[in-house]
Amino acid sequence: MAKQYETIIGLEVHVELATKTKIFCSCSTRFGGAPNTHTCPVCTGMPGSLPVLNKQVVEYAAAIALAAHCEITRECKFDRKNYFYPDNPQNYQISQLYLPIARNGYVEIGAGDTKKKIRIHEMHMEEDAGKLIHDEWDDTSLVDYNRSGVPLVEIVSEPDMRSADEVIAYLTKLKTMIQYLGASDCKLQEGSMRADVNLSVREAGAKELGTRTEMKNLNSFKAIARAIEGERARQIELLEAGRKVVQETRRWDDNKEASYAMRSKEDAKDYRYFPEPDLVPVVISGEWIDRIRKNQPEMRDEKLERYKKEFDIPQYDAEIITESKHMADIFEKAAALCGKPKKVSNWLMVETLRLLKEHEMEPEEISFSPEHLAELVTLTEEGAINSTVAKKVFEKIFAEDIEPAAYVEEQGLLNVNDEGELLKVLQKVIAENPQAVVDYKGGKEKALGALIGQTMKAMKGKADPGMVSKKLREYLQ
Amino acid sequence: MANKISDETIEEVGILAKLELTEQEKKDAKADMEKMLDYIDTLNELDTEGIEPMSHVFPLNNVFREDIVTNGDGSLDTLANAPLKKDNSFKVPKTIG
Ligand SMILES: [Zn+2]
Repeated sequence: MAKQYETIIGLEVHVELATKTKIFCSCSTRFGGAPNTHTCPVCTGMPGSLPVLNKQVVEYAAAIALAAHCEITRECKFDRKNYFYPDNPQNYQISQLYLPIARNGYVEIGAGDTKKKIRIHEMHMEEDAGKLIHDEWDDTSLVDYNRSGVPLVEIVSEPDMRSADEVIAYLTKLKTMIQYLGASDCKLQEGSMRADVNLSVREAGAKELGTRTEMKNLNSFKAIARAIEGERARQIELLEAGRKVVQETRRWDDNKEASYAMRSKEDAKDYRYFPEPDLVPVVISGEWIDRIRKNQPEMRDEKLERYKKEFDIPQYDAEIITESKHMADIFEKAAALCGKPKKVSNWLMVETLRLLKEHEMEPEEISFSPEHLAELVTLTEEGAINSTVAKKVFEKIFAEDIEPAAYVEEQGLLNVNDEGELLKVLQKVIAENPQAVVDYKGGKEKALGALIGQTMKAMKGKADPGMVSKKLREYLQ
Repeated sequence: MANKISDETIEEVGILAKLELTEQEKKDAKADMEKMLDYIDTLNELDTEGIEPMSHVFPLNNVFREDIVTNGDGSLDTLANAPLKKDNSFKVPKTIG
Protein backbone atom coordinates (compact mmCIF):
# COMPACT_ATOMS: atom_id res chain seq x y z
CA MET A 1 0.00 0.00 0.00
CA ALA A 2 1.19 3.49 -0.83
CA LYS A 3 2.39 5.55 2.09
CA GLN A 4 0.15 8.33 3.34
CA TYR A 5 1.68 11.76 3.81
CA GLU A 6 0.63 14.73 5.85
CA THR A 7 1.42 18.29 4.70
CA ILE A 8 2.54 20.76 7.35
CA ILE A 9 2.26 24.42 6.42
CA GLY A 10 3.17 27.63 8.19
CA LEU A 11 2.83 31.09 6.68
CA GLU A 12 4.74 34.35 6.79
CA VAL A 13 2.35 37.05 5.68
CA HIS A 14 3.50 40.57 4.88
CA VAL A 15 0.92 43.33 4.89
CA GLU A 16 1.59 46.89 3.74
CA LEU A 17 -0.04 49.27 6.19
CA ALA A 18 -2.43 51.96 4.95
CA THR A 19 -0.48 54.90 6.39
CA LYS A 20 -0.08 58.07 4.35
CA THR A 21 3.66 58.24 5.01
CA LYS A 22 6.48 55.72 5.23
CA ILE A 23 7.49 54.07 8.49
CA PHE A 24 10.57 56.22 9.24
CA CYS A 25 10.24 59.35 7.04
CA SER A 26 7.57 61.75 5.76
CA CYS A 27 7.59 60.48 2.17
CA SER A 28 4.28 59.46 0.61
CA THR A 29 3.37 55.77 0.41
CA ARG A 30 1.04 56.26 -2.56
CA PHE A 31 1.16 53.38 -5.04
CA GLY A 32 2.10 54.06 -8.64
CA GLY A 33 4.07 57.36 -8.55
CA ALA A 34 6.84 57.95 -11.13
CA PRO A 35 10.03 56.06 -10.05
CA ASN A 36 11.94 57.51 -7.09
CA THR A 37 9.65 60.54 -6.65
CA HIS A 38 8.68 59.40 -3.13
CA THR A 39 12.19 59.27 -1.74
CA CYS A 40 14.40 61.18 0.68
CA PRO A 41 17.77 60.62 2.43
CA VAL A 42 16.13 58.41 5.10
CA CYS A 43 14.40 55.90 2.82
CA THR A 44 17.40 55.71 0.48
CA GLY A 45 19.82 55.03 3.32
CA MET A 46 21.99 58.13 3.02
CA PRO A 47 24.74 58.28 5.66
CA GLY A 48 23.82 60.52 8.58
CA SER A 49 20.07 60.41 8.03
CA LEU A 50 17.96 59.45 11.01
CA PRO A 51 14.73 57.43 11.09
CA VAL A 52 11.76 58.63 13.20
CA LEU A 53 8.92 56.15 13.77
CA ASN A 54 5.45 56.89 12.37
CA LYS A 55 3.01 56.60 15.29
CA GLN A 56 0.20 55.36 13.05
CA VAL A 57 2.28 52.27 12.22
CA VAL A 58 2.23 51.26 15.88
CA GLU A 59 -1.52 51.97 16.07
CA TYR A 60 -2.31 49.77 13.05
CA ALA A 61 0.07 46.99 14.07
CA ALA A 62 -1.37 46.91 17.59
CA ALA A 63 -4.94 46.93 16.23
CA ILE A 64 -4.18 43.91 14.03
CA ALA A 65 -2.43 42.17 16.93
CA LEU A 66 -5.43 42.69 19.23
CA ALA A 67 -7.88 41.48 16.60
CA ALA A 68 -5.72 38.35 16.23
CA HIS A 69 -5.81 37.74 20.01
CA CYS A 70 -2.07 38.41 20.43
CA GLU A 71 -0.25 39.54 23.55
CA ILE A 72 1.18 43.00 23.00
CA THR A 73 4.83 43.41 23.96
CA ARG A 74 4.72 46.36 26.37
CA GLU A 75 8.24 47.44 25.49
CA CYS A 76 9.24 46.53 21.97
CA LYS A 77 12.37 47.40 20.01
CA PHE A 78 13.71 47.48 16.49
CA ASP A 79 16.66 45.51 15.12
CA ARG A 80 18.76 45.63 11.98
CA LYS A 81 18.64 42.73 9.58
CA ASN A 82 21.75 42.90 7.40
CA TYR A 83 21.81 41.81 3.78
CA PHE A 84 23.01 43.18 0.46
CA TYR A 85 20.63 43.51 -2.43
CA PRO A 86 19.95 46.39 -4.84
CA ASP A 87 16.39 46.87 -3.53
CA ASN A 88 17.76 47.57 -0.06
CA PRO A 89 19.64 50.91 -0.14
CA GLN A 90 20.77 50.87 3.50
CA ASN A 91 22.23 47.36 3.25
CA TYR A 92 20.05 46.55 6.21
CA GLN A 93 16.33 46.38 6.84
CA ILE A 94 14.95 47.80 10.06
CA SER A 95 12.80 45.02 11.50
CA GLN A 96 12.05 43.44 14.88
CA LEU A 97 13.66 40.20 16.06
CA TYR A 98 14.22 40.14 19.80
CA LEU A 99 11.17 42.04 21.03
CA PRO A 100 8.47 42.08 18.30
CA ILE A 101 5.29 44.08 18.92
CA ALA A 102 3.11 41.00 19.50
CA ARG A 103 3.22 37.26 20.17
CA ASN A 104 1.03 34.24 20.83
CA GLY A 105 -2.22 34.91 19.04
CA TYR A 106 -4.62 32.98 16.84
CA VAL A 107 -7.32 33.32 14.25
CA GLU A 108 -10.15 30.88 13.76
CA ILE A 109 -10.96 29.34 10.39
CA GLY A 110 -13.83 27.15 9.24
CA ALA A 111 -17.23 26.86 10.86
CA GLY A 112 -19.11 24.35 12.99
CA ASP A 113 -17.34 21.00 13.18
CA THR A 114 -14.44 22.10 11.01
CA LYS A 115 -13.65 25.12 13.18
CA LYS A 116 -9.93 25.32 13.83
CA LYS A 117 -7.49 27.70 15.47
CA ILE A 118 -4.41 28.74 13.53
CA ARG A 119 -1.91 30.02 16.06
CA ILE A 120 0.14 33.12 15.43
CA HIS A 121 3.71 32.85 16.62
CA GLU A 122 4.52 36.56 16.38
CA MET A 123 3.92 39.81 14.57
CA HIS A 124 6.53 42.43 13.87
CA MET A 125 6.83 45.86 12.28
CA GLU A 126 9.36 46.45 9.52
CA GLU A 127 10.10 48.45 6.39
CA ASP A 128 9.51 47.33 2.82
CA ALA A 129 12.26 47.23 0.19
CA GLY A 130 12.38 49.04 -3.17
CA LYS A 131 11.24 47.50 -6.42
CA LEU A 132 13.40 45.95 -9.13
CA ILE A 133 12.12 46.06 -12.67
CA HIS A 134 13.85 43.98 -15.26
CA ASP A 135 14.72 46.02 -18.33
CA GLU A 136 14.41 43.68 -21.32
CA TRP A 137 15.98 46.21 -23.65
CA ASP A 138 19.52 46.14 -22.29
CA ASP A 139 19.24 43.23 -19.86
CA THR A 140 19.74 45.27 -16.70
CA SER A 141 17.57 45.96 -13.67
CA LEU A 142 16.03 49.31 -12.82
CA VAL A 143 15.57 50.24 -9.18
CA ASP A 144 12.70 52.33 -7.87
CA TYR A 145 12.84 53.21 -4.16
CA ASN A 146 9.28 54.53 -3.85
CA ARG A 147 8.34 51.40 -1.91
CA SER A 148 11.49 51.50 0.23
CA GLY A 149 10.39 52.30 3.78
CA VAL A 150 6.69 51.60 3.27
CA PRO A 151 5.51 50.12 6.58
CA LEU A 152 4.89 46.39 6.79
CA VAL A 153 3.55 44.09 9.42
CA GLU A 154 4.79 40.52 9.18
CA ILE A 155 2.49 37.92 10.67
CA VAL A 156 4.19 34.60 11.34
CA SER A 157 1.91 31.63 11.95
CA GLU A 158 2.70 28.36 13.68
CA PRO A 159 2.86 25.33 11.32
CA ASP A 160 -0.83 24.63 11.96
CA MET A 161 -2.21 24.30 8.44
CA ARG A 162 -2.58 20.96 6.65
CA SER A 163 -3.91 21.79 3.18
CA ALA A 164 -4.17 24.50 0.55
CA ASP A 165 -7.81 24.99 1.57
CA GLU A 166 -6.82 25.77 5.14
CA VAL A 167 -4.15 28.18 3.92
CA ILE A 168 -6.66 30.04 1.75
CA ALA A 169 -9.16 30.13 4.63
CA TYR A 170 -6.50 31.54 6.97
CA LEU A 171 -5.41 34.18 4.46
CA THR A 172 -9.00 35.17 3.73
CA LYS A 173 -9.64 35.52 7.45
CA LEU A 174 -6.58 37.72 7.95
CA LYS A 175 -7.39 39.78 4.87
CA THR A 176 -10.99 40.42 5.91
CA MET A 177 -9.95 41.26 9.47
CA ILE A 178 -7.25 43.71 8.38
CA GLN A 179 -9.47 45.35 5.77
CA TYR A 180 -12.19 45.88 8.38
CA LEU A 181 -9.63 47.51 10.67
CA GLY A 182 -8.71 49.80 7.78
CA ALA A 183 -5.07 48.86 8.41
CA SER A 184 -4.38 47.75 4.83
CA ASP A 185 -6.20 47.18 1.55
CA CYS A 186 -4.59 43.71 1.34
CA LYS A 187 -4.39 43.46 -2.45
CA LEU A 188 -2.41 40.37 -3.38
CA GLN A 189 -2.08 41.41 -7.01
CA GLU A 190 -0.59 44.78 -6.12
CA GLY A 191 1.58 43.21 -3.45
CA SER A 192 0.06 44.97 -0.45
CA MET A 193 -0.45 41.46 0.96
CA ARG A 194 2.20 38.80 0.32
CA ALA A 195 2.56 35.29 1.64
CA ASP A 196 5.61 33.06 1.93
CA VAL A 197 4.73 29.41 2.41
CA ASN A 198 6.82 27.13 4.64
CA LEU A 199 5.97 23.55 3.80
CA SER A 200 7.13 20.10 4.83
CA VAL A 201 5.65 16.63 4.53
CA ARG A 202 5.83 13.66 6.88
CA GLU A 203 4.43 10.19 6.91
CA ALA A 204 0.97 10.15 8.46
CA GLY A 205 1.29 9.55 12.18
CA ALA A 206 4.98 10.55 12.39
CA LYS A 207 5.91 12.78 15.33
CA GLU A 208 8.94 14.59 13.92
CA LEU A 209 8.51 17.38 11.38
CA GLY A 210 10.12 16.87 7.98
CA THR A 211 12.61 19.29 6.43
CA ARG A 212 10.78 22.35 5.20
CA THR A 213 11.22 24.63 2.23
CA GLU A 214 10.16 28.23 1.91
CA MET A 215 8.28 29.31 -1.19
CA LYS A 216 8.27 32.91 -2.38
CA ASN A 217 6.68 34.95 -5.15
CA LEU A 218 3.06 33.95 -4.64
CA ASN A 219 0.73 36.71 -5.73
CA SER A 220 -2.74 35.24 -5.91
CA PHE A 221 -4.78 32.73 -3.94
CA LYS A 222 -4.75 30.47 -7.00
CA ALA A 223 -0.94 30.66 -7.26
CA ILE A 224 -0.69 29.81 -3.55
CA ALA A 225 -2.94 26.77 -3.95
CA ARG A 226 -1.03 25.57 -7.02
CA ALA A 227 2.35 26.13 -5.35
CA ILE A 228 1.28 24.12 -2.29
CA GLU A 229 0.09 21.21 -4.43
CA GLY A 230 3.28 21.36 -6.51
CA GLU A 231 5.65 21.51 -3.55
CA ARG A 232 3.86 18.74 -1.68
CA ALA A 233 4.15 16.47 -4.73
CA ARG A 234 7.82 17.38 -5.25
CA GLN A 235 8.76 16.58 -1.65
CA ILE A 236 6.83 13.29 -1.61
CA GLU A 237 8.50 12.27 -4.84
CA LEU A 238 11.93 12.94 -3.32
CA LEU A 239 11.13 10.90 -0.20
CA GLU A 240 9.65 8.03 -2.21
CA ALA A 241 12.86 7.91 -4.25
CA GLY A 242 14.83 7.59 -1.02
CA ARG A 243 16.23 11.10 -1.33
CA LYS A 244 16.19 14.02 1.08
CA VAL A 245 14.37 17.33 1.04
CA VAL A 246 16.90 20.17 1.21
CA GLN A 247 16.07 23.17 3.37
CA GLU A 248 16.05 26.03 0.88
CA THR A 249 14.13 28.97 -0.49
CA ARG A 250 12.29 28.33 -3.73
CA ARG A 251 10.73 30.71 -6.19
CA TRP A 252 7.35 29.80 -7.62
CA ASP A 253 6.88 30.43 -11.32
CA ASP A 254 3.13 30.46 -11.80
CA ASN A 255 3.33 30.47 -15.60
CA LYS A 256 5.42 27.31 -15.61
CA GLU A 257 3.58 25.94 -12.55
CA ALA A 258 6.94 24.92 -11.11
CA SER A 259 9.34 26.17 -8.47
CA TYR A 260 13.09 26.36 -8.54
CA ALA A 261 15.66 26.75 -5.78
CA MET A 262 17.19 30.19 -5.40
CA ARG A 263 20.96 30.28 -5.70
CA SER A 264 22.66 29.80 -2.35
CA LYS A 265 24.20 33.27 -2.61
CA GLU A 266 20.74 34.82 -2.76
CA ASP A 267 19.66 32.58 0.02
CA ALA A 268 22.30 33.49 2.60
CA LYS A 269 20.39 33.20 5.85
CA ASP A 270 22.92 34.82 8.19
CA TYR A 271 21.36 38.21 8.75
CA ARG A 272 23.62 39.22 11.66
CA TYR A 273 20.80 41.01 13.49
CA PHE A 274 21.68 43.61 16.10
CA PRO A 275 19.64 46.22 18.01
CA GLU A 276 18.85 49.32 15.93
CA PRO A 277 20.80 52.15 17.58
CA ASP A 278 18.93 54.96 15.76
CA LEU A 279 15.51 54.18 17.23
CA VAL A 280 14.37 54.29 20.85
CA PRO A 281 12.13 51.60 22.37
CA VAL A 282 8.35 51.74 21.95
CA VAL A 283 6.44 51.50 25.20
CA ILE A 284 2.78 50.56 24.76
CA SER A 285 0.81 51.35 27.90
CA GLY A 286 -2.40 49.73 29.09
CA GLU A 287 -4.28 52.96 28.36
CA TRP A 288 -2.98 53.01 24.82
CA ILE A 289 -4.13 49.42 24.28
CA ASP A 290 -7.56 50.25 25.74
CA ARG A 291 -7.87 53.22 23.41
CA ILE A 292 -7.02 51.10 20.36
CA ARG A 293 -9.54 48.48 21.45
CA LYS A 294 -12.22 51.12 21.92
CA ASN A 295 -11.61 52.65 18.49
CA GLN A 296 -11.94 49.30 16.77
CA PRO A 297 -14.57 49.61 14.02
CA GLU A 298 -17.47 47.21 13.48
CA MET A 299 -15.85 43.89 12.59
CA ARG A 300 -17.04 41.30 10.11
CA ASP A 301 -18.99 39.04 12.47
CA GLU A 302 -20.91 41.96 13.98
CA LYS A 303 -21.71 43.32 10.54
CA LEU A 304 -22.89 39.91 9.36
CA GLU A 305 -25.33 39.61 12.26
CA ARG A 306 -26.56 43.15 11.72
CA TYR A 307 -27.23 42.55 8.01
CA LYS A 308 -29.32 39.51 8.85
CA LYS A 309 -31.35 41.41 11.43
CA GLU A 310 -31.55 44.88 9.94
CA PHE A 311 -31.98 43.98 6.27
CA ASP A 312 -33.31 40.43 6.50
CA ILE A 313 -30.46 39.15 4.28
CA PRO A 314 -29.95 35.35 4.34
CA GLN A 315 -26.86 33.95 6.13
CA TYR A 316 -25.08 32.86 2.95
CA ASP A 317 -25.58 36.20 1.18
CA ALA A 318 -24.49 38.11 4.27
CA GLU A 319 -21.34 35.95 4.45
CA ILE A 320 -20.40 36.68 0.84
CA ILE A 321 -21.10 40.41 1.06
CA THR A 322 -19.28 40.93 4.36
CA GLU A 323 -16.26 38.84 3.42
CA SER A 324 -14.94 41.82 1.50
CA LYS A 325 -15.05 45.12 3.37
CA HIS A 326 -15.17 46.88 0.02
CA MET A 327 -18.28 44.99 -1.05
CA ALA A 328 -19.92 45.58 2.31
CA ASP A 329 -19.26 49.32 1.96
CA ILE A 330 -20.85 49.36 -1.50
CA PHE A 331 -23.83 47.42 -0.19
CA GLU A 332 -24.47 49.74 2.74
CA LYS A 333 -24.12 52.95 0.77
CA ALA A 334 -26.27 51.78 -2.14
CA ALA A 335 -28.93 50.36 0.21
CA ALA A 336 -29.11 53.62 2.14
CA LEU A 337 -29.41 55.64 -1.08
CA CYS A 338 -32.21 53.65 -2.74
CA GLY A 339 -33.83 52.18 0.36
CA LYS A 340 -33.99 48.70 -1.20
CA PRO A 341 -31.35 46.56 0.54
CA LYS A 342 -32.69 43.29 -0.83
CA LYS A 343 -32.49 44.51 -4.41
CA VAL A 344 -28.96 45.81 -3.87
CA SER A 345 -27.90 42.51 -2.32
CA ASN A 346 -29.40 40.74 -5.30
CA TRP A 347 -27.31 42.72 -7.77
CA LEU A 348 -24.20 41.94 -5.74
CA MET A 349 -24.95 38.26 -5.24
CA VAL A 350 -25.96 37.46 -8.82
CA GLU A 351 -24.61 39.82 -11.47
CA THR A 352 -21.60 41.17 -9.59
CA LEU A 353 -20.37 37.72 -8.56
CA ARG A 354 -20.93 36.44 -12.08
CA LEU A 355 -18.91 39.27 -13.64
CA LEU A 356 -16.14 38.97 -11.04
CA LYS A 357 -15.81 35.30 -11.83
CA GLU A 358 -15.92 35.90 -15.56
CA HIS A 359 -13.10 38.47 -15.34
CA GLU A 360 -11.15 36.53 -12.67
CA MET A 361 -11.35 39.52 -10.36
CA GLU A 362 -11.35 39.84 -6.58
CA PRO A 363 -14.18 41.75 -4.83
CA GLU A 364 -11.63 44.45 -3.88
CA GLU A 365 -11.29 45.26 -7.57
CA ILE A 366 -14.92 46.33 -7.94
CA SER A 367 -14.68 49.85 -9.26
CA PHE A 368 -18.30 51.02 -9.64
CA SER A 369 -19.78 53.52 -7.25
CA PRO A 370 -22.64 52.67 -4.89
CA GLU A 371 -24.50 55.78 -6.19
CA HIS A 372 -24.80 54.26 -9.65
CA LEU A 373 -25.96 50.90 -8.39
CA ALA A 374 -28.59 52.66 -6.24
CA GLU A 375 -29.74 54.65 -9.26
CA LEU A 376 -30.12 51.47 -11.28
CA VAL A 377 -32.23 49.89 -8.56
CA THR A 378 -34.46 52.98 -8.48
CA LEU A 379 -34.86 53.03 -12.29
CA THR A 380 -35.88 49.38 -12.26
CA GLU A 381 -38.25 49.78 -9.33
CA GLU A 382 -39.95 52.75 -10.94
CA GLY A 383 -40.50 50.68 -14.06
CA ALA A 384 -38.43 53.07 -16.14
CA ILE A 385 -36.43 50.14 -17.52
CA ASN A 386 -37.17 46.43 -17.61
CA SER A 387 -34.97 43.71 -16.15
CA THR A 388 -33.30 42.74 -19.44
CA VAL A 389 -32.23 46.32 -20.03
CA ALA A 390 -31.18 46.63 -16.38
CA LYS A 391 -28.81 43.70 -16.76
CA LYS A 392 -27.18 45.28 -19.77
CA VAL A 393 -26.90 48.63 -18.01
CA PHE A 394 -25.38 46.92 -14.98
CA GLU A 395 -22.66 45.39 -17.14
CA LYS A 396 -21.81 48.93 -18.26
CA ILE A 397 -21.79 50.12 -14.64
CA PHE A 398 -19.54 47.23 -13.64
CA ALA A 399 -17.10 47.88 -16.49
CA GLU A 400 -17.09 51.68 -16.74
CA ASP A 401 -19.10 52.99 -13.80
CA ILE A 402 -21.47 54.85 -16.14
CA GLU A 403 -24.31 56.92 -14.77
CA PRO A 404 -27.37 54.76 -15.50
CA ALA A 405 -30.10 57.45 -15.73
CA ALA A 406 -28.18 59.46 -18.30
CA TYR A 407 -27.08 56.32 -20.11
CA VAL A 408 -30.55 54.81 -20.64
CA GLU A 409 -31.83 58.19 -21.76
CA GLU A 410 -29.01 58.58 -24.27
CA GLN A 411 -29.29 55.04 -25.59
CA GLY A 412 -33.08 55.21 -25.76
CA LEU A 413 -33.49 52.25 -23.41
CA LEU A 414 -36.32 53.66 -21.34
CA ASN A 415 -39.53 51.66 -21.30
CA VAL A 416 -42.22 52.97 -23.54
CA ASN A 417 -44.89 53.88 -21.05
CA ASP A 418 -47.05 55.57 -23.61
CA GLU A 419 -50.25 53.51 -23.56
CA GLY A 420 -51.36 54.70 -27.00
CA GLU A 421 -48.11 53.47 -28.52
CA LEU A 422 -48.36 50.15 -26.69
CA LEU A 423 -51.95 49.65 -27.78
CA LYS A 424 -51.02 50.27 -31.41
CA VAL A 425 -48.34 47.61 -31.26
CA LEU A 426 -50.68 45.19 -29.49
CA GLN A 427 -53.32 45.55 -32.15
CA LYS A 428 -50.74 44.88 -34.83
CA VAL A 429 -49.38 41.79 -33.06
CA ILE A 430 -52.88 40.42 -32.50
CA ALA A 431 -53.79 40.99 -36.12
CA GLU A 432 -50.68 39.18 -37.29
CA ASN A 433 -51.06 36.19 -34.94
CA PRO A 434 -54.68 35.03 -35.23
CA GLN A 435 -53.85 31.42 -34.32
CA ALA A 436 -52.21 32.44 -31.04
CA VAL A 437 -55.25 34.54 -30.19
CA VAL A 438 -57.57 31.61 -30.86
CA ASP A 439 -55.37 29.30 -28.77
CA TYR A 440 -55.29 31.74 -25.86
CA LYS A 441 -59.03 32.24 -25.93
CA GLY A 442 -59.39 28.47 -26.08
CA GLY A 443 -57.58 28.25 -22.72
CA LYS A 444 -53.96 27.78 -23.80
CA GLU A 445 -52.10 30.04 -21.39
CA LYS A 446 -48.83 29.41 -23.27
CA ALA A 447 -50.10 31.24 -26.31
CA LEU A 448 -50.06 34.46 -24.31
CA GLY A 449 -46.32 34.09 -23.85
CA ALA A 450 -45.82 34.01 -27.60
CA LEU A 451 -47.86 37.20 -27.99
CA ILE A 452 -45.87 38.92 -25.20
CA GLY A 453 -42.66 37.89 -26.93
CA GLN A 454 -43.85 39.29 -30.26
CA THR A 455 -44.85 42.57 -28.62
CA MET A 456 -41.53 42.92 -26.79
CA LYS A 457 -39.72 42.26 -30.04
CA ALA A 458 -41.79 44.83 -31.91
CA MET A 459 -40.99 47.37 -29.17
CA LYS A 460 -37.27 46.50 -29.28
CA GLY A 461 -37.31 45.32 -25.69
CA LYS A 462 -38.27 48.71 -24.33
CA ALA A 463 -41.50 47.68 -22.68
CA ASP A 464 -42.22 46.29 -19.27
CA PRO A 465 -43.23 42.65 -19.88
CA GLY A 466 -45.57 42.75 -16.85
CA MET A 467 -47.41 45.71 -18.31
CA VAL A 468 -47.58 44.08 -21.78
CA SER A 469 -49.06 40.94 -20.26
CA LYS A 470 -51.65 42.92 -18.32
CA LYS A 471 -52.71 44.96 -21.35
CA LEU A 472 -52.89 41.87 -23.57
CA ARG A 473 -55.16 40.09 -21.12
CA GLU A 474 -57.42 43.13 -20.88
CA TYR A 475 -57.55 43.49 -24.64
CA LEU A 476 -58.31 39.85 -25.31
CA GLN A 477 -61.04 39.55 -22.71
CA MET B 1 44.16 36.41 23.31
CA ALA B 2 44.87 36.46 19.63
CA ASN B 3 41.78 35.66 17.53
CA LYS B 4 42.07 33.33 14.58
CA ILE B 5 39.84 33.65 11.52
CA SER B 6 39.47 30.51 9.47
CA ASP B 7 39.44 30.30 5.67
CA GLU B 8 35.78 29.26 5.81
CA THR B 9 34.86 32.37 7.78
CA ILE B 10 36.52 34.66 5.26
CA GLU B 11 34.75 32.80 2.47
CA GLU B 12 31.39 33.11 4.27
CA VAL B 13 31.84 36.81 5.06
CA GLY B 14 32.74 37.39 1.41
CA ILE B 15 29.54 35.70 0.26
CA LEU B 16 27.41 37.65 2.75
CA ALA B 17 29.00 40.93 1.64
CA LYS B 18 28.73 39.90 -2.02
CA LEU B 19 32.47 40.49 -2.49
CA GLU B 20 34.82 38.53 -4.69
CA LEU B 21 38.28 38.62 -3.12
CA THR B 22 41.64 37.57 -4.51
CA GLU B 23 43.83 35.25 -2.42
CA GLN B 24 45.99 38.22 -1.34
CA GLU B 25 42.89 40.27 -0.38
CA LYS B 26 41.56 37.35 1.64
CA LYS B 27 44.87 37.11 3.50
CA ASP B 28 44.88 40.85 4.23
CA ALA B 29 41.23 40.88 5.30
CA LYS B 30 41.89 37.98 7.64
CA ALA B 31 44.75 39.82 9.34
CA ASP B 32 42.65 43.02 9.63
CA MET B 33 39.68 41.22 11.10
CA GLU B 34 41.80 39.36 13.61
CA LYS B 35 43.20 42.68 14.80
CA MET B 36 39.72 44.16 15.10
CA LEU B 37 38.46 41.22 17.14
CA ASP B 38 41.48 41.50 19.43
CA TYR B 39 40.68 45.16 19.95
CA ILE B 40 37.01 44.48 20.72
CA ASP B 41 38.12 41.79 23.18
CA THR B 42 39.20 44.60 25.50
CA LEU B 43 35.49 44.88 26.39
CA ASN B 44 35.57 41.37 27.82
CA GLU B 45 37.79 42.66 30.58
CA LEU B 46 34.78 44.46 32.06
CA ASP B 47 32.65 42.63 34.58
CA THR B 48 29.08 42.81 33.20
CA GLU B 49 27.59 40.36 35.67
CA GLY B 50 24.01 41.35 36.51
CA ILE B 51 23.91 44.33 34.13
CA GLU B 52 20.91 44.58 31.73
CA PRO B 53 21.99 44.68 28.09
CA MET B 54 21.00 47.97 26.46
CA SER B 55 20.84 49.34 22.96
CA HIS B 56 20.47 52.96 24.01
CA VAL B 57 22.34 55.39 26.18
CA PHE B 58 19.42 57.78 26.79
CA PRO B 59 16.45 56.84 28.95
CA LEU B 60 14.09 57.76 26.12
CA ASN B 61 11.16 56.01 24.52
CA ASN B 62 8.20 56.70 22.21
CA VAL B 63 9.75 59.24 19.88
CA PHE B 64 7.15 59.45 17.14
CA ARG B 65 6.21 61.31 13.98
CA GLU B 66 2.64 62.12 13.01
CA ASP B 67 1.47 60.49 9.78
CA ILE B 68 1.57 63.60 7.57
CA VAL B 69 3.28 63.82 4.16
CA THR B 70 5.77 66.71 4.20
CA ASN B 71 8.34 65.42 1.71
CA GLY B 72 7.86 66.30 -1.94
CA ASP B 73 9.44 64.86 -5.07
CA GLY B 74 12.94 63.84 -3.96
CA SER B 75 13.95 62.06 -7.15
CA LEU B 76 16.46 64.65 -8.33
CA ASP B 77 18.55 64.48 -5.16
CA THR B 78 18.09 60.73 -4.86
CA LEU B 79 19.30 60.08 -8.39
CA ALA B 80 22.15 62.61 -8.17
CA ASN B 81 24.43 59.86 -6.84
CA ALA B 82 23.41 57.20 -9.33
CA PRO B 83 26.40 55.98 -11.37
CA LEU B 84 23.97 54.83 -14.06
CA LYS B 85 20.34 55.77 -14.51
CA LYS B 86 17.46 55.20 -16.88
CA ASP B 87 13.77 56.15 -16.76
CA ASN B 88 14.16 58.00 -13.46
CA SER B 89 15.58 54.79 -11.94
CA PHE B 90 18.95 53.46 -10.81
CA LYS B 91 20.35 51.13 -13.43
CA VAL B 92 22.10 48.08 -11.95
CA PRO B 93 23.32 44.72 -13.23
CA LYS B 94 20.52 42.27 -13.92
CA THR B 95 19.08 41.08 -10.62
CA ILE B 96 16.16 38.73 -10.18
CA GLY B 97 13.79 40.43 -7.75
ZN1 LIG C 1 11.74 59.06 2.58
